Amino acid sequence: MDSHRRSVGQALAYGLPLAFLALFFVFPLIAIVERGLRGAGDSPLDVLADPLTREVVWFTIWQALASTVLTIAIALPTAYVLGRYRFRGRSLVSALVVVPFVLPTVVVALAFLAILPEGADRGWAPILIAHAFFNVAVVVRIVGSFWASLDPRVGEAAATLGASPRARLREITLPLLAPAIASAASIVFLFSFTSFGVVLILGGPQYTTIEAEIYNQAVRLFDLRAAAVLSLVQLGCVIATVWVAMRLERRVTSASAPRPERDTLRAVRTPRDRMVVGVSLGGLGVFLGLPLLVLVERSLAAGGGYGLSAYEALARPTSVLLVAPWEAIVNSVVYAAAATAIAVVIGGLAALAVAERRSRLLDGLILLPLGASAVMLGLGFLIAFDREPLDFRAKPWIVPVAQALVAIPFVVRIMAPTLRSIDPHQREAAALLGASPSRVRREIDLPIVSRGLAVAAGFAFAISLGEFGATVFLARPDNPTLPVAIFRFLARPGEINVAQAYALAVVLMAVTVISVLLVERMRVRRGGWF
Amino acid sequence: MTLVTISHKASAVAFLAALALLAGCGGDEKPTDVVLVTHDSFAISEDVKEAFEAESGLTLRILKAGDAGEIVTRALLTAGNPEGDVLFGIDDNLLARALEGAVFDEYESPELANVDPEVVLDPEHRATPIDRGDVCLNYDKAWFDERDLAPPGTLAELTLPRYRDLVVVQSPATSTPGLAFMLATIAELGDGWQDYWRRLRANGVLVVDGWEDAYYARFSGSAGSKGKRPIVVSYASSPPAEVIFRDPRPSEAPTGVVEASCFRQIELAGVLRGARNADGARKLVDFMLSKRFQEDIPLQMFVFPVRTDAALPREFAEFAVVPERPLQLRPEQIEENRERWVDEWTAIVVR
Repeated sequence: MDSHRRSVGQALAYGLPLAFLALFFVFPLIAIVERGLRGAGDSPLDVLADPLTREVVWFTIWQALASTVLTIAIALPTAYVLGRYRFRGRSLVSALVVVPFVLPTVVVALAFLAILPEGADRGWAPILIAHAFFNVAVVVRIVGSFWASLDPRVGEAAATLGASPRARLREITLPLLAPAIASAASIVFLFSFTSFGVVLILGGPQYTTIEAEIYNQAVRLFDLRAAAVLSLVQLGCVIATVWVAMRLERRVTSASAPRPERDTLRAVRTPRDRMVVGVSLGGLGVFLGLPLLVLVERSLAAGGGYGLSAYEALARPTSVLLVAPWEAIVNSVVYAAAATAIAVVIGGLAALAVAERRSRLLDGLILLPLGASAVMLGLGFLIAFDREPLDFRAKPWIVPVAQALVAIPFVVRIMAPTLRSIDPHQREAAALLGASPSRVRREIDLPIVSRGLAVAAGFAFAISLGEFGATVFLARPDNPTLPVAIFRFLARPGEINVAQAYALAVVLMAVTVISVLLVERMRVRRGGWF
Repeated sequence: MTLVTISHKASAVAFLAALALLAGCGGDEKPTDVVLVTHDSFAISEDVKEAFEAESGLTLRILKAGDAGEIVTRALLTAGNPEGDVLFGIDDNLLARALEGAVFDEYESPELANVDPEVVLDPEHRATPIDRGDVCLNYDKAWFDERDLAPPGTLAELTLPRYRDLVVVQSPATSTPGLAFMLATIAELGDGWQDYWRRLRANGVLVVDGWEDAYYARFSGSAGSKGKRPIVVSYASSPPAEVIFRDPRPSEAPTGVVEASCFRQIELAGVLRGARNADGARKLVDFMLSKRFQEDIPLQMFVFPVRTDAALPREFAEFAVVPERPLQLRPEQIEENRERWVDEWTAIVVR
């Protein structure tokens, strides 16, 4: 590769993601915050001085931290199994864990209310459990795919030298995994930090997050100024989090060269293997499966008994949606495919820039949309893109763009640690032996990166399928997505309506598993790229 | 091929595609459609929509933009350069705020002659009444029958020991029916409303975030619910919905309405200031007051028409309750006090 092409490539890898974020994130956010602060009103400091605000900020931070710790604890055994073992149904397991992640909050919260015993169904504990339920996939997939690229021989060597399993975990495995764990933890933290539906429904009215308060101020009380101040507070907390996470991540970035999966995974042979795999997957299966079973059960409710009438009704047009519910499946898949394409291109370029040039600014900036107020961003889209040549308000492509904004951080977080840890010596050795630069990329980088890319694309697809906050704001009613359709059915009284909401949730689960499996398989068929 | 160049090409394609999309905007030709911005609960029969399109020669595009609070926020933010031509779904709680924000242009529809003058809230006709509905306490008939207990007849009775731990309401800070119910207590009890809520709290009222949560998870009377509480804040039209959306249909509604608890909400529509198709917008407002649309309202949106000569569908005539003396407050009074009331309510009931 000549140096000119290389620099153009690098400029693009850096510039395109930056331009995308500037246009679709920074610009609308500034527009709405500026509008909020501009108007006459109380001093913005009043909001900050309010003891209630401090209480809300404190609760938001600690519940997000606790949710992150709990999520990692629940997810690590499964990440280990996926990172070390080869077994039948392995890719199915890694697709199934994504299901909770895409389900609309209200549906899951209602399922939790049905399962949790009375008395234990409100307060901070159900909030943490629900956050873990939603976010387990983040840890399992990011850490699991990274684990699968770690050379197991390091641990084996240590074992030969007499290191105990615990010492190996502490001294070798955890330090090597740390970048991926930090990566996943920062995302889980940001999701829990901006959580809003779960907190309101499962916490009860005395628990409020900053995001919920922003919504309350902007939409219920029309106090855009207070909403703007709170969203700046939230952004400040998020920037601090991202900064800490990146420092942690850099300090622990491992030097181990990643290996393709064929070298790292082993078959389940010994009884001990079987126990480890069985207990890890079984435990997670019960944790994730119970609420999902409630949804299936509810979707089958019909006239006091059980039946398929809710599913049959999905084919008929309904006034709730203005179209037949099944059309929401098509819309969801089309939007998600477009969003995945955007996320993989922009996120892939950003991951390259982050990995090769170690650009901290881009690395941090890309995470911010996850932690910014979705309410304010949605309102920002309205006023920022309201005039030619930027009149995007009714454009159908704005939906996948908004979804991609949420999916890009995942693509970067999944790919960057892998890209970053590719061993330069391995490349140099190959080059020394006469391999062309493109051959080096193909033979050495690609097998390692393609796994990460496939996981990233599958995850981006799932995120777009499940994205609700931005989609409900931007999707046109003749093009509802599955989560939007579920939400609309649930807002109506009547048995058939609620059963259809649950039936669509079950359909969403199925669509998620199938599409994640298909997207991840693409790499095999097409030799690595889309 | 190398990693960088492949990504490079893909991104160049994406970039060009984005440019092409950007270029494809605009044009100032005469509009052939009219855009209705409305809330999530809006619904219309296909044939009624087609009738409007045939009459007016315009395509009706419907933009559902959130709940009533969200659509007003959006309209306020985009006042003068609106997202559509007509806004429908603003209720009397939010009316004063929208008028203050100069969201609408004046339009006095000739069809108003057929509308009950009591619901015409804005004498300047910036907003036109389209439907009315009531937020009321609903109760689970079977639950009360089994225990041989009478359902409450008034708001005041809810504080009696026999209704202890039986009531679930939504928070007025997060829910539209929750806000309406709080306003109902203020309309009924005046200055005594705060004390009433203290006693309600002592009597074990459960406060939840939203209607879905209250109705499907906490209320015992909705279909298939595992909820334990037989009294919930919902709508006067929920009982007919429980009949219509059950298969097979029961001969009697499984839930009832506490008439004395009902708070009247009027939903209005207006021509948005700066509408691209103001002429079409006025046609649409007229159509929404026509007999055809008004008679379509009950079974689509589960609220009542404002037109005096609109016939009610059989299910509504049979199962819905139309309270004779619903509770109400003036829009300006609500606008002046909403924030303070919600804060005071939160301090009393939640903290």
